[in-house]
Amino acid sequence: MANKAATTNNIVTQLEVIPGDAIKIPTFQLLKEDGTVNKGAKLPEIDKELALKMFSTMQFIRLLDERMFAAQRQGRISFYLSSLGEEAASIGSAAALKFEDMIMGQYREQGALAYRGFTVEQFMDQLFSNEKDLGKGRQMPVHYGCAALNFMTISSPLGTQIPQATGYAYGQKQDGKGECTLVYFGEGAASEGDFHAGLNMAAVSKVPVIFFCRNNRYAISTPSTEQFAGDGIAPRAAGYGMKAIRVDGNDIFAVYAATKEARRIAVEENEPVLIEAMSYRMAGHSTSDDPTGYRTKEEEEEWRGKEPMIRFRNWLIKKGWITEEEADAQMAEHKKAVLAELKKAEQVPAPHVDEIIEDVYDTPPEHLKKQLEALKEHIRKYPEAYPATSKGVK
Amino acid sequence: MAKMNLLQAINSALDVAMAKNNKVCIFGEDVGHFGGVFRATSGLQEKYGRDRCFNTPLVEQGIAGFANGLAAQGGFPIAEIQFGDYIFPAFDQIVNETAKFRYRSGNEFNVGGLTIRTPYGGGIHGGHYHSQSPEAYFAHTPGLKIVVPRNPYQAKGLLLSSIFDPNPVLFMEPKRLYRAAVGDVPEEEYTLPLGKAEVVKEGTDVTVLGWGAQVEVIEKAVEMAEKDGVSAEIIDLRSILPWDVETVAKSVMKTGRLVISQEAPHTMAFGSEVAATIQDQCFLYLEAPIMRASGLDTPYPLAHEKEYFSDHLKTYEAIKRSLNY
Repeated sequence: MANKAATTNNIVTQLEVIPGDAIKIPTFQLLKEDGTVNKGAKLPEIDKELALKMFSTMQFIRLLDERMFAAQRQGRISFYLSSLGEEAASIGSAAALKFEDMIMGQYREQGALAYRGFTVEQFMDQLFSNEKDLGKGRQMPVHYGCAALNFMTISSPLGTQIPQATGYAYGQKQDGKGECTLVYFGEGAASEGDFHAGLNMAAVSKVPVIFFCRNNRYAISTPSTEQFAGDGIAPRAAGYGMKAIRVDGNDIFAVYAATKEARRIAVEENEPVLIEAMSYRMAGHSTSDDPTGYRTKEEEEEWRGKEPMIRFRNWLIKKGWITEEEADAQMAEHKKAVLAELKKAEQVPAPHVDEIIEDVYDTPPEHLKKQLEALKEHIRKYPEAYPATSKGVK
Repeated sequence: MAKMNLLQAINSALDVAMAKNNKVCIFGEDVGHFGGVFRATSGLQEKYGRDRCFNTPLVEQGIAGFANGLAAQGGFPIAEIQFGDYIFPAFDQIVNETAKFRYRSGNEFNVGGLTIRTPYGGGIHGGHYHSQSPEAYFAHTPGLKIVVPRNPYQAKGLLLSSIFDPNPVLFMEPKRLYRAAVGDVPEEEYTLPLGKAEVVKEGTDVTVLGWGAQVEVIEKAVEMAEKDGVSAEIIDLRSILPWDVETVAKSVMKTGRLVISQEAPHTMAFGSEVAATIQDQCFLYLEAPIMRASGLDTPYPLAHEKEYFSDHLKTYEAIKRSLNY
């Protein structure tokens, strides 16, 4: 079973050195920065309902990010991570999937989750780690997950979800229901060994998985120029014998069209596809860093002109599918909902202390039951030291 | 019943599991047509097809990551890591992902269907990188189960339990015994309980505890002690995590003495945890300090394998030290 790229068939007698930039991949773009359509570009088939759902999700995420960033600064939540500037990449790609397809996020894809139907209340319950959080208050804010929405729970270690997506998609292929997995990660995480492991295994085992790299130019403070020497992430696909697309991540129509085609290839041809969405992380990495320490105002200003919402909004208005007033009113509605749910979630108690030993295994083993009893005995002795749980310990 | 060596018993367990449930998949380096470097997966690709028993690229972190994803999707992946010594590239996937999958998601998702098989242990002239016993690293990780069988009968029953247990299991196979241990094994399906130790031999003077290949070493040491008139109770721990404190504590309360014999380097081997817990539970019953016969705190040497190893003589001496304290 010789590989199609057999290395011994094509022999030359003159020494040939292949340059490191032999593969250059262009960026697919439909909407220009002002929201007009590029000459010769064909927009994907998107009806008004779908376009407005994408836009509303985008507005919601922008509002959510802004409010929750502020809530962290006010000390109401411990941590937050904004997706400002990258909303088109996550929402446009999620919109191109089937609901049954699995989404595995890195941590900056709240847009995809909102598009799937995660409610404002569910966002707030997770961010406030209260007893209604699906994750039972166990992980830091923004580590969302929801089985009912086919959105895998986020974990902090970078890139670990990449080979997992390959395995998940292998199971989908075996089940034969025509479903696939889309996995998000950043250009920084693409330096992790798990990136190589996941892509190589997917290419070899031919599984329906879409590797969606959000190249937002920064890994915390490290610019992409210090992350890799080549032409970004997309050319790496060729090394794995995999198809690749590079797309303007701030153009929601291009992202949608690229993901739609990647999904077709994944499901119909059982081939993995790597998408690299070019974007810019307009916010800091998280609430724990300040971008002014590692990049210039001029650079931020330049990218503000390329951000994804203005061009989508301009296009919609020009198309006559929404008016300025309607768009503003929608934003005000989102704001009302977020503020109301934020206030509510803050009041919901922390998960009961008994939850601390649940889900380590399917049922708690003896040693954990004993540790819980000892803990409760201790809390009874010092209730004031454990205010979040002592009321629930009788 | 059939006479099987430990490898044949593993192969039989895998065969039974694959026949029982078509979401059982086996993968790893060289496990396909070749049947694995030890032949544990021999004949399975021919019987169940390339989709269910296949080679992976040479990437342990990928094997573990792929396995996590496949288990999360609802499958029963059985991932083989060719040698326990090469499991460390997969450490992050196992410790940060496998073990925390259910907990971190609030039971929205789990990888309970996952079993990772890996050969461990020395005595085969394997030097540093084909001899290690890394169970203690993983025993420090809530969410994993760790199982080590001592003979063919135990191997098949424990492996079948591990595959269908609703929690991820690290199944460590004593490779020194792969062909050396032979015994009667039922050809059909049967299971043995996880998390339960087994009293292999009853006795009254001293409890001698081990797991995996070390149980055979202990049996030899106890034979020697018996010639001195000692009545020793032998316990096979079988599960390292969660481990059966009750059975061990009950035995030590009866005998008043505990000797732990383990292959791994002395410092922070799993016997350290057993010793700490047993002194906590049985302090007033103990008539001697808990003794440990372990590997040396050095990398596993090649030429000095015999000297390094916690063999039956070192175990016998530990039994004597306990009795003569």
